[in-house]
Amino acid sequence: MIKVESLSKAFGDKRAVDDVSFEVRKGEVLGFLGPNGAGKSTTMRMITGFYPPTSGKVSVCGFDVTEQPIAAKKTMGYLPEAAPSYQEMTVLSFLKFAAEMRGLRGDAQRSAIRRVVDTCHLDKVLGQTIDTLSKGFKHRTCLAQSIIHDPEVLVLDEPTDGLDPNQKHEVRTLIKRMGETKAIIFSTHILEEVEAVCSRAMIIDRGRVVANGTPEELKAMSTRAGAVLVTLQGASADTVRARLSGIAAIGRVEILNSQDGRVMLEAFPAANAGADRDALAGRIAELAIRESWTIQQLKTEEGRLEEVFRSITMPDTHPAKGAE
Amino acid sequence: MGTWPVIRTIAKRELSAYFESPVAYVFLVVFLLLAGFFTFSLGGFFELGEASLNSFFTWMPWLFLFLVPAVGMRLWSEERRLGTIELLLTMPVTTWQAIIAKFVASWAFLAIALALTFPVVITVNWLGDPDNGVIIAGYVGSLLLAGTFLSIACLTSALTRNQVIAFILALMICLLLILVGFAPVTTMLSRFADVWVVDTIASFSVLTHIEGFQKGVLDTRDLLFFFSVMAFSLFTTGVVLRSHRAG
Repeated sequence: MIKVESLSKAFGDKRAVDDVSFEVRKGEVLGFLGPNGAGKSTTMRMITGFYPPTSGKVSVCGFDVTEQPIAAKKTMGYLPEAAPSYQEMTVLSFLKFAAEMRGLRGDAQRSAIRRVVDTCHLDKVLGQTIDTLSKGFKHRTCLAQSIIHDPEVLVLDEPTDGLDPNQKHEVRTLIKRMGETKAIIFSTHILEEVEAVCSRAMIIDRGRVVANGTPEELKAMSTRAGAVLVTLQGASADTVRARLSGIAAIGRVEILNSQDGRVMLEAFPAANAGADRDALAGRIAELAIRESWTIQQLKTEEGRLEEVFRSITMPDTHPAKGAE
Repeated sequence: MGTWPVIRTIAKRELSAYFESPVAYVFLVVFLLLAGFFTFSLGGFFELGEASLNSFFTWMPWLFLFLVPAVGMRLWSEERRLGTIELLLTMPVTTWQAIIAKFVASWAFLAIALALTFPVVITVNWLGDPDNGVIIAGYVGSLLLAGTFLSIACLTSALTRNQVIAFILALMICLLLILVGFAPVTTMLSRFADVWVVDTIASFSVLTHIEGFQKGVLDTRDLLFFFSVMAFSLFTTGVVLRSHRAG
């Protein structure tokens, strides 16, 4: 439903977005990741028709955003960054305005307002002017505006920014639910959000797409993916290391902690381990039983999105070791 | 949705935004007080001894010089400062529809302010027997003048996020449009320039073109002047708004 083809945007000499292409289908939730200033908001502004692209094409529900802007804008709901709204209006008059702009009048308007007020829990503040609201309510008012016409495509720029943990959870649930029937793009800095909500994630850095895949695929790019974390009781670090070197599939062993006969370590699969990678945890368990060590913890790492994010967007620095 | 419902929706929001803040009422009171002061004190309404509103309309350009930029300065600068322009222009509207709608709303607000000066019309009709045709022409001229200044304020407010800068810029341009036709200035100019040069320069002044209305004459050339300044300013507003986004 959203099709972006080699989209670029230049401000003077600076290329804010450089040759970005992707597609979002109905029922998909695409998470947009990237450091500040990577071009996330600029890309979203081009999709919603606010910025004209320097080159490339965006089409939404089959309408070219540059050539048929009105038809394209009708199909979209947009929550801009920092959720702007008209401060002197009341929540109700603001929602009425948004509904009227979307061509909703009379009964259709009333039921649309009732729906978004319920969805975004705005019933307590309907009569208040927006400048008297807390940040969370301001944010949800703007979110309500974006879904008032039940659009097929939703573009949300940092929809959970500034919300408390409960509100964050609610917005995530909402996005996930709406994602079943709509095409949604949202940007965020919170990586756990991507895992919780997205069916696909894209990392952009310096205006370019540097990774694109399901959260699982992205996590598998982590150097930690497939590593086995073990905590053993009843052996010294040196003996454990010596015994583990007997397993061919293990490339490198990193002792994280060792005291009072308790060893915590991480075993990374060898580069040529192949199919044995998946059996690594089993091998280590077998070894521990043979040596009659007590296993306190045994876990295969899925990889960490944060690490992938850091290694992609800051290639010069090494990912922080054992950040947790 | 068609063009007009969208324009009406935006204009309605814009106009009610004036009345939702106390600034509108302050503006109306200041405008009415000053209009009264200029008419009766500086204009010498009673001393003139004639049944006309000349003293009222003569001061209109000077009054509008300060008050119209104050009304128009927030039109686009506020939208840009708060980021609501992003909200507005990603709704199904074109930039020119939004410009027209916001302009019309502010113009309507100024029309309301002008309409509230009706007591002077009643006063002059009660005291004497004025030519009401001239008064109507005077009002039409004042409204066009307000629209012209407003379109300039609209343009300057698109240029900057800062309302104060927008106000000062608009005031300077409007002042220029007054001064080039202001009698003391034209007299001074005629000392070193030919008559046709002075006349050409003066023809760009709003004073030159409002004169006819104040005498009760509706000249198409005057109408054309006011409408072309408005069209030019609003068109340029569109160019400016687009250029911010073009990068």
